Amino acid sequence: MIQFVLLISRQGKVRLTKWYSPYTQKERSKVIRELSGVILTRGPKLCNFVEWRGHKVVYKRYASLYFCMGIDQEDNELEVLEIIHHYVEILDRYFGSVSELRPWFIVCELDLIFNFHKYNAAYYALDELLIAGELQESSKKTVARLIAAQDSLVEAAKEQASSLSNIISQATK
Amino acid sequence: MASPSLMDTLFQRGLDDIIKGVRHQQSSTESIFISRVIEEIRREIKSTDLQTKSTALQKLTYLNSIHFIDMSWASFHAIECISSPTFSHKKIGYLAISQSFSESTPVILLISNQIRKDLKSGNEFEVSLALDCLSRIGTVDLCRDLASEVFILMSSSKVFIRKKAIGVVLRLFEKYPDAVRVCFKKLVESLEGSDSPIVSAVVGVFCELSAKDPRSYLPLAPEFYRILVDSKNNWVLIKVLKIFVKLAPLEPRLAKRLVEPICDHMRKTGAKSLVFECIRTVVTSFTEYESAMKLAAAKIREFLMEDDPNLKYLGLHAISIMAPKHLWAVLENKDVVIQSLSDEDPNIKLESLRLVMAMASESNLMETCRVLVNYALKSDPDFCNEILGSILSTCCQNVYEVIIDFDWYVSLLGEMSRIPNCKKGEEIENQLIDIGMRVKDVRPELVRIARDLLIDPALLGNPFLHRLLSAAAWVCGEYVEFSRNPVELMEALLQPRTSLLPSSIRTVYMQSAFKILIFCIHSYFLQKEDMTSEVSDLASKRQCSESSDLATGKALVQSDQDEGFNPRESNQSYEYPSVVDTGDGQSSTPTFMEKKSLMHESIVNLLNLMELVLSPLSGSLDVEIQERACNVLGFIELVQQEFSNPLIRKEANLDREEVIASRVVEWVHDVFTEELGPVSVTAQDRVPIPDELVLKENLTDLEAICGGVELPAPGSFSLTSPYYGESAVFSVSNLQAEEDSEPSTESTSLLTEHRKRHELYYLPSEKNIIPANDYPPANDPSSSINTNDATEDLVKLADQSLVSKRKPNHAKPRPVVVKLEEGEAAPVVSKKPELKDDLLSGAIHDILLGNEAKAASSQSNPSDKSSSKRKGKAKHVDLLDSKENLAVGEQPNHENPSSRRSKHRGDGKQKSKKSKGKKNGDGREDDGEKESQKIRDHHGRHKSRQRADAPINVVPQTPDIPDYLL
Repeated sequence: MIQFVLLISRQGKVRLTKWYSPYTQKERSKVIRELSGVILTRGPKLCNFVEWRGHKVVYKRYASLYFCMGIDQEDNELEVLEIIHHYVEILDRYFGSVSELRPWFIVCELDLIFNFHKYNAAYYALDELLIAGELQESSKKTVARLIAAQDSLVEAAKEQASSLSNIISQATK
Repeated sequence: MASPSLMDTLFQRGLDDIIKGVRHQQSSTESIFISRVIEEIRREIKSTDLQTKSTALQKLTYLNSIHFIDMSWASFHAIECISSPTFSHKKIGYLAISQSFSESTPVILLISNQIRKDLKSGNEFEVSLALDCLSRIGTVDLCRDLASEVFILMSSSKVFIRKKAIGVVLRLFEKYPDAVRVCFKKLVESLEGSDSPIVSAVVGVFCELSAKDPRSYLPLAPEFYRILVDSKNNWVLIKVLKIFVKLAPLEPRLAKRLVEPICDHMRKTGAKSLVFECIRTVVTSFTEYESAMKLAAAKIREFLMEDDPNLKYLGLHAISIMAPKHLWAVLENKDVVIQSLSDEDPNIKLESLRLVMAMASESNLMETCRVLVNYALKSDPDFCNEILGSILSTCCQNVYEVIIDFDWYVSLLGEMSRIPNCKKGEEIENQLIDIGMRVKDVRPELVRIARDLLIDPALLGNPFLHRLLSAAAWVCGEYVEFSRNPVELMEALLQPRTSLLPSSIRTVYMQSAFKILIFCIHSYFLQKEDMTSEVSDLASKRQCSESSDLATGKALVQSDQDEGFNPRESNQSYEYPSVVDTGDGQSSTPTFMEKKSLMHESIVNLLNLMELVLSPLSGSLDVEIQERACNVLGFIELVQQEFSNPLIRKEANLDREEVIASRVVEWVHDVFTEELGPVSVTAQDRVPIPDELVLKENLTDLEAICGGVELPAPGSFSLTSPYYGESAVFSVSNLQAEEDSEPSTESTSLLTEHRKRHELYYLPSEKNIIPANDYPPANDPSSSINTNDATEDLVKLADQSLVSKRKPNHAKPRPVVVKLEEGEAAPVVSKKPELKDDLLSGAIHDILLGNEAKAASSQSNPSDKSSSKRKGKAKHVDLLDSKENLAVGEQPNHENPSSRRSKHRGDGKQKSKKSKGKKNGDGREDDGEKESQKIRDHHGRHKSRQRADAPINVVPQTPDIPDYLL
């Protein structure tokens, strides 16, 4: 089972965290601190697995982002690498459609995108991909469709909220 | 704080603004910026407008996940957000909750109703939010309250919802095992579905469940088997394989059925992850199947040949799983393994190191170690120590089982300690002492190695080696009789750089020096009887040299004090070796070494040297050192009287003094030559506690008595008067003089004192009295176990490449290694499964047992039509079963191997027939029949499940694997 998912930039800045096992706030920051120290210093031609405090951590760098997943001892490293790749493709597809930029460019600039647009989309995509630390949806298309559907729900709500009449009703409450 | 105004609402900053803002800050102002934002959020979040509130919450969630800002204070606001009718607010609220809530969040019970409402919502996305959230934060209470809702969702018409509900079941079972009664049937049914996302989710759940308690899921093996054969989905296949790894050890017959399909997958699939999972499954669970192992090894070889470091790492990892039982796999790949030792990836290097050590055997150990030690010299410090560590741990396995030539091993230890990056001092220390005690034959070599280590002043500078040096010092003291030149040892032990050692180790040095001194004097007395005539000659010579000694000696008395204790004379502090030279003369050392005899002169020099070095230490700040120095000085004082006035003594009362001194030396020597042996860890337990000894009594009463006495921590206790040392010496010598008449008590008490204090290397005193009871004496052929006789004439391999080629050995027979009786290790406490797992597996048993009750009865149905023969057999089997079940009925323990076996033997025939048909694929009929039987099987199972639901007094049945699998 996947214990946690971390996205860390090459500079060691955390971009996304998700925990599937109970970790306290203190443990979380400790894991990130120590793990980024281990992973960021590894050279490009080394293998993508790190043994760390009894965990296995599988990481892969895409553009300037490191995607890390902490897994159990008996989990399949290659499978997790595939999940990571899967996730990246989903994000790529999603952001590609949203910002109408060329997908490859998006992947390169993932770091930027995470900061400026649709931050939460990365979380929701992860929620569609994994549940309780297990892969639940292996179809990229389905995940993309689900996220898009939820997005449109959110948009509708936003439009309604920012409509003039709503603001006036707020003000006059 | 005022409640937020309309302005706040209108001009609220969104998440994007915050992210941009944080990004534009310098790292120094970042925290200020964040704390300002938090203040803003605290204000905004109180808004009655849910839009404002949820935006504030969203920002807070972001800051919490990235910057670890505390958000527990906002938990109630998050609950308000999820109760909003608007989807976007709900979404933000649920994200915040799943990120920040834990079991201990006080308001967590409040969300129960809201989640239930959302689970029942008509909007599938709201349902999915609630499910996601539940899967993350579900507590016992939440799971109990919501189990029935989740159960309903498991049969939802929407695949999207159903698979999430199945995912949540994992959490449900973990927190609230009773949920099994409700959901398990549904879960098993989902396995049979054809919707691949559903199957994938269910298999994922079973994979996690079976990791905790595989036995409960054994009855589901046929389902998993079907998936293994039919599924095209690699994700699912990998999970199913993981489940089978857990199940296989419990049911030996599974392996036979599984090997073929797994090998099929291994051959056909292109997905490396699946191949690897197959390999791992085979090498962990199916080690007896030669052909499967061969195939796995071939696949591993492919992995190793790839450039991808991931595959290489995993390949090596897989080999290391095989290594214990199938060493050939390692040997076949040894070229790659050895090559990988110099890979740039530390993970790969470590794996290959493990493999290299796994290949080591008696025959090639020397060669392997030689290669590795040379390699360690060239590699970086971390890996160097990894190498040394693995050599040490491999060699000491099972009381040095692999080592034949201990002389070689001891010198290897010496060599290893000279590697500049070596940090393994402590392990080497343990082994040096351990070998010294266990292997009598190696002691001369051990002393030689220890001497080399002690003499090298460079080693004293490496703090990691200090422990090792203390072992060397101990060895030299304990086995000084094997030394070729005790005087040299003495000099090494007393060299000025020993001041670099921590005091605890320095005390070992001093104690060892004392032992050497006793040994020298003792052997001097022994031989003196023969050479009384020589004495006078020597004495006159000695007198001149001694006078010079005294002259220099006085000036140097304080010269060797550590830490510049007496700065005035520190400029002379390293001159004393010259004293030795003048005393001994350049030539005298070699001569007496050759003769193996000790001159009076050299004894005197030894005494002088010791006195010179130790007298400053009698004023040491460290009590241990001080104590020891004083003791030794006292002894020297006693003996010196005899040596200092040889002429007078000789003429006058030679006999009396001689006798006293030699008696003292005799006693002390006797004590020191007492053999020390290894002690069983349980030795202490075997000592009966005397009746009158109360160990558990409260000692607080002593507090009143000892209250005033403060026990100093070592090092903090100091007697700082610079003159104290000298006066102590004098007083001790006075005492000594007075008590000359009773030297025995003095010296033995000295010794017991030493023993008491210097516990590091002393054994409990009972040990000395009855050593034979607790460990067999070395070289006692009856009690020591020498397992390696047969291999004595096998040799180290000469091949660079670590081939285990065996050459006739010129080597000496393996020396006897003293071993303690087996079973000294503490009995392994079998791990008890947690209570919760018990509950869970208990619940699952109930369900599945019921299941099988029907399975057994329905089993006969499908065979009815197929052939009357079969039918008969099946009935017979059922009869057997029921009989046995009656017998076992009392104990609802499902594991009754006999009943299971008998049944399966009957089934096995059926099965083998069927599988043959399947394999040949020649009979469509066969296939069709199988198909239909399967369907009927399932059908029957459903029925039985339903039946099992009713709390009827179903006879507990052994859970079994229906016949078509086995």
